[in-house]
Amino acid sequence: MRWITTTNHKDIGTLYLWFSFVMFSIGGLMAVGIRLELFSPGLQFLDPDRFNQLTTMHGLIMVFGAIMPVFVGFANWQIPMMIGAPDMAFARLNNWSFWLLPFAATLLVLSFFMPGGAPGVGWTMYAPLTVQMGIGMDLTIFAVHLLGMSSILGSINIITTILNMRAPGMTLMRMPLFVWTWLITAYLLVAAMPVLAGAVTMTLTDRHFGTTFFNAAGGGDPVLYQHIFWFFGHPEVYIIALPGFGVISQVIPAFSRKPLFGYASMVYATSAIAIISFIVWAHHMYTVGMPVTGQLFFMYATMIIAVPTGVKVFNWVATMWKGSLTFETPMLFACGFLFMFTLGGFTGLVLAVVPVDIQMHDTYYVVAHFHYVMVAGALFAAFAGVYFWLPKWTGHMYNETLGKWHFWLTLIFFNMIFFVQHFLGLAGMPRRIPDYPLMFETWNKISSLGAFGMGLAQLLFLYIVIQTIRGGEKAPQKPWEGADSLEWTHLPTPVPYHTFEVQPVIK
Amino acid sequence: MTLQQENRRLSGRLALVALIMFGFAFALVPFYNEICVALGINSIEKADAVANTQVDLSRTVTIEFDSNTHNLPWRFRPLQNYVKVHPGELTTVEYEIVNVREAPVTGQAVPSYGPQRAGEYFQKVECFCFTQQTLAPGETRRMPVVFVVDPKLPKDVNTIALSYTFFEVAGRGGKS
Repeated sequence: MRWITTTNHKDIGTLYLWFSFVMFSIGGLMAVGIRLELFSPGLQFLDPDRFNQLTTMHGLIMVFGAIMPVFVGFANWQIPMMIGAPDMAFARLNNWSFWLLPFAATLLVLSFFMPGGAPGVGWTMYAPLTVQMGIGMDLTIFAVHLLGMSSILGSINIITTILNMRAPGMTLMRMPLFVWTWLITAYLLVAAMPVLAGAVTMTLTDRHFGTTFFNAAGGGDPVLYQHIFWFFGHPEVYIIALPGFGVISQVIPAFSRKPLFGYASMVYATSAIAIISFIVWAHHMYTVGMPVTGQLFFMYATMIIAVPTGVKVFNWVATMWKGSLTFETPMLFACGFLFMFTLGGFTGLVLAVVPVDIQMHDTYYVVAHFHYVMVAGALFAAFAGVYFWLPKWTGHMYNETLGKWHFWLTLIFFNMIFFVQHFLGLAGMPRRIPDYPLMFETWNKISSLGAFGMGLAQLLFLYIVIQTIRGGEKAPQKPWEGADSLEWTHLPTPVPYHTFEVQPVIK
Repeated sequence: MTLQQENRRLSGRLALVALIMFGFAFALVPFYNEICVALGINSIEKADAVANTQVDLSRTVTIEFDSNTHNLPWRFRPLQNYVKVHPGELTTVEYEIVNVREAPVTGQAVPSYGPQRAGEYFQKVECFCFTQQTLAPGETRRMPVVFVVDPKLPKDVNTIALSYTFFEVAGRGGKS
């Protein structure tokens, strides 16, 4: 009962983190299913319909069920402690935002058991396929509504907490960067999620209430759906990435034993990324037949995003420059993030170029690109965050040797899966197809083996976390020498259930 | 003002932003349509302006006609399977539809071309696809298509297939 009715930000943070781990495992199992089918050419385990359903649900579950909630979990745990607040601004609302999620996830998983199965339309839910799918599509639409509602409520809570409940002396420009990135992310969520809700609502009314927003049979336009979806979809990319940037901006200074280089420029770069992300959406749809002027605009706007992102990468590197570096597991994941995410950013720049993108559109090159930013970007940042704060939360040090094993296995298997997919994409292998010509076999085999390995490596992560919760070496108040935000300097380890009931004064 | 009041005020404003953005998604629909009209995209329901009337007698292009219906109780066919035309020549052909249902039905035809790039050289002066067609029960209608093939048609295109698909316009003139 404690976990159902809790309004404590730490409990709710824990719930979010466990929920996203469960979703991560379900989505991961689906990915293993996809890779199992792609291990050999021809159809072995899945018929094409089932394959499409798995790719769709893998995408939806990983984006909305795993990666977004994991950072909301961090936000719940860390934001009140980092700004010296006793709890979130609306504690009961916080509980409700979380408990919407399991129901949404149930709806998503249930859709597999409906007549016609889960929607096999791709996670982008493009019309006109969505108008034709079975009842599984309706469940998915309602799930997206619930997920959206949860994110919007969570964001309103986060913004209010950050703006109104900082400790005296904690000015905006003194906040830890993790809090800053979440403030900006929460604004993105409030602005972008309702647009997605609108898009799926239109799909719903097209399906059942005779409207024809996207249904060509009545004069609607499927391309319109793509515009509305990506108006949400591109900010969504940064909704996922920005909190990860925040975690990395806490971890790298701590293990470099230097303050973050260029704090103010980090804040401005993050804001710039957020604003520009609203005017680049059509780079996902260069091939829909838009005028050349439109393509040029979206191409240049997309490339401009590389500038603030570059500012951030250079600032992280400059923070490490001449620092006294040590490489514990959080720092290893942060360095992995730095290399791999930047690589994903570069392939993103390649894809931003219109003539190149028209060649690579919907090939495995795109799959490789966004997994470099989503997995090696956001997921690595989440791992870094877990290892970084777990000693503070549980009071026990995690097993450093096993942590390092987890990092290296994940890094190697990750590259085994996705690096070779660049080659497949350049050679022209299309995504979302369960079969492929013989010439693609070698790289697909390597990629599939990597996927099985990466799946197994995550069991090690689960083991490490449980082991740390159960016991282990006592963690000191500040296990990381260079860490300097409030939770390390003002609170004992493990952190008590209620913290900062009297707000500290920051000098 | 107490902290609680301040929190309520801020969250109310943020909820308003979320609501406005939900409306914004719907506002994108007319906005998109206006942009398409302004830029001339998706203008399948509009007659093409034919500028050049110089007939190129040195070339002959075969135009093949095709007809489909999408979940529509209509018999729909071209009255000729193909015609041979010179680029620049004004040509009229006819299609026929029969409504076999016991109720009035409204449909909209959408044209497409094979090869696809021939589409921009195929200029329709008049076409039944410019408007919705409503047929009484059992009614038969013959409809003309008047077109000119642009003499700038690439030299390697010798055959153009013109295909129409009729879709039912739901909620108007009775539904199945």
